[in-house]
Amino acid sequence: MYQILLKEDLVVKVHLFKIAAPNVAGKARAGQFVIIRIDEKGERIPLTIADWDRKEGSVTVVFMEVGTTTHRLAELKKGDGIANFIGPLGKPTHIDNFGTVVCVAGGFAVATIYPIARALREKGNRVTSIMGARSKDLIFWEDRLRSVSNQLIVTTDDGSYGRKGLVTEPLKELLEAGGVDRVIAIGPSIMMKFSAKTTEPFGVKTIVSLNPIMVDGTGMCGCCRVSVGGATRFVCVDGPDFDGHEVDWDLLLARQRTYLDEEKLSFEQYQSRGKSGP
Amino acid sequence: MAKINLNREPMPRQDPKLRVKNFNEVALGYSAEQAKAEASRCIQCPKRSCVEGCPVDIDIPDFIRAIRDDDMPEAVRILKSKNSLPGICGRVCPQETQCEVKCALDKKGAPIAIGRLERYVADWERANMGPAGSKVAPPKPTGHKVAVVGSGPAGLTAAADLAKMGHSVTLFEALHVAGGVLMYGIPEFRLPKAIVKAEVDYVASLGVDIMLDVVVGKTMSVDELLGNGYRAIFLGPGAGAPMFLNIPGENLNGVYSANEFLTRVNLMKAYQFPQYDTPVKVGQRVGVVGGGNVAMDAARCALRLGAEEVYIVYRRSEVEMPARREEVENAKEEGIQFRLLTNPKQFIGSDQNWVAGMECYQMELGEPDASGRRRPIAIPGSEFILKVDVAIAALGTRPNPIIPATTEGLETSRWGTIIADEVTGKTVKPAVWAGGDIVTGAATVISAMGAGKRAALDIDKSLRG
Repeated sequence: MYQILLKEDLVVKVHLFKIAAPNVAGKARAGQFVIIRIDEKGERIPLTIADWDRKEGSVTVVFMEVGTTTHRLAELKKGDGIANFIGPLGKPTHIDNFGTVVCVAGGFAVATIYPIARALREKGNRVTSIMGARSKDLIFWEDRLRSVSNQLIVTTDDGSYGRKGLVTEPLKELLEAGGVDRVIAIGPSIMMKFSAKTTEPFGVKTIVSLNPIMVDGTGMCGCCRVSVGGATRFVCVDGPDFDGHEVDWDLLLARQRTYLDEEKLSFEQYQSRGKSGP
Repeated sequence: MAKINLNREPMPRQDPKLRVKNFNEVALGYSAEQAKAEASRCIQCPKRSCVEGCPVDIDIPDFIRAIRDDDMPEAVRILKSKNSLPGICGRVCPQETQCEVKCALDKKGAPIAIGRLERYVADWERANMGPAGSKVAPPKPTGHKVAVVGSGPAGLTAAADLAKMGHSVTLFEALHVAGGVLMYGIPEFRLPKAIVKAEVDYVASLGVDIMLDVVVGKTMSVDELLGNGYRAIFLGPGAGAPMFLNIPGENLNGVYSANEFLTRVNLMKAYQFPQYDTPVKVGQRVGVVGGGNVAMDAARCALRLGAEEVYIVYRRSEVEMPARREEVENAKEEGIQFRLLTNPKQFIGSDQNWVAGMECYQMELGEPDASGRRRPIAIPGSEFILKVDVAIAALGTRPNPIIPATTEGLETSRWGTIIADEVTGKTVKPAVWAGGDIVTGAATVISAMGAGKRAALDIDKSLRG
């Protein structure tokens, strides 16, 4: 069992767990992920690593309640345990001194982009971060991201906080102003797709972190395969970071919908058995 | 001496009509009477050729004699002294090409059913001697720490043997349960998971410390293990990476690797979805591409999950099929349809990115190729569409690249296998041995066990210097 050392409810439906996993903490780097399984009947799902503390032997993950597994996860409290916590998996994000890097986070991916922005800043990059959410009540870690960015732009879809609109709008303006050497965009697939489409005409290298369905997370099953630059790649071992201009986004989006019917059925069962019932 | 009895005791099996609706074991195992009758057929010939056919050197005539003489504890002792996983081997070893083919009675068409007797002894032990079974006297500790990476057949065998030799063994497994392919690959109806668990528990009872959830190469590297006091490392991570056909449409929804399909069903228990959280798509018409045991396993799982039509699509003819005869027969009995001399050209998709069919060529056999089997050649203009809503690629596996890619000083072949001494398993990297599918490419459970056994001997020799 991997104990939950700390639970924070960040915003509606988004939670943070700090989990005791010394082996994973010892190796974690920005951009990597873990596979978790709650209990004997649970599925294996990937969660991106948001932070780690090697001394304490802990790893921080942030997740949003979407389907059965994430709802079940959200029911857990400090002191509870998770059956399996495996990682760090995938390749770390390539960090170097690129010059000026724009980090774009959609929704709760601000937690994913934070350690990447921090690593980029430590390498001497000028980091401009853009974080976007649907509305003000879904904004978290603004201060944290600001602390590792030279500039921070916040957008909300409804204009309730920061700038009204999507993250792609300030991104486009920054590109038009020039001097951007690299873009890292992380969030829902559709947001990454449009971020990559925004940067493409400017020819600025754009790294995205893909989030397909996975099972083992170690290159064994091929469930997470995507098409990048016309070649089939496994996100779990070849990624999760890829060049956003080469990703076949429609294929990724279609494959993410593989189990929509089953996810619905599973969630109905979960609700009807009164949450964490048998 | 009594007249030679050529009436091989048949294996009782579940009725095909019933078994296609459940995941219970197909082969039911011998009764005590059947086991004794079969054991009594062994003529105890002095040549003992069967032992030569066994990669782990089981004293086959001796345990068979013990069954005949009603001395089951002795049969268990003899079997377990060479094989720590007899319940598994008795079920999944291809005895017909190993020990049984060497049997003196094979020429008369009725070799002793060694595999079935092995299974009988293992099952008897589990039922009558408790979970830890026949405990061996604890060996004198050597004080040497040895790491074994991967808890499949090679790793379990190496770990058990090294522990019996007195070494302090830690077994690292990437998945959340031990057993490797025995857990994620081979289905419940062919190898019940309770049997695997019991035999893993036996290995643990020898003092092996099993560490789950550790992906060596990611969570810790081989060199870190060496730095942490492990004097020797055996690498047995298997050949876990699936191969695809590399044809158009392969990434459509509903196209699985056999590894994924079987992992969802066996390891994650998708056959009990939604009680278990992991789903699997089965569909009405399932096309399984390939002709090995894994293809048979995937096809038979799909049938049990409710598919109406299940096809084995194989590019050669039945004679060339690498699957065990017995599994092909089981599949046929259950109603799997064999589309032989057939090879997919592409997968056809629906507008929703779902697989809707497989465009296939009819094939003919040409001259023998490097494998010695006749090369399949597509007949021009023979294309036809096989309607399927799920397709499974069971084309074999490659070594998982994680360990070779993260370990300095190992030599790999162009197929990604680790190069190691054929007999001892020693790699060119000091203190590192390797064996099983990571060295040979995808092969059998028993050959991996043989490699684990030989490496354990060599590690022991090297540690005792």
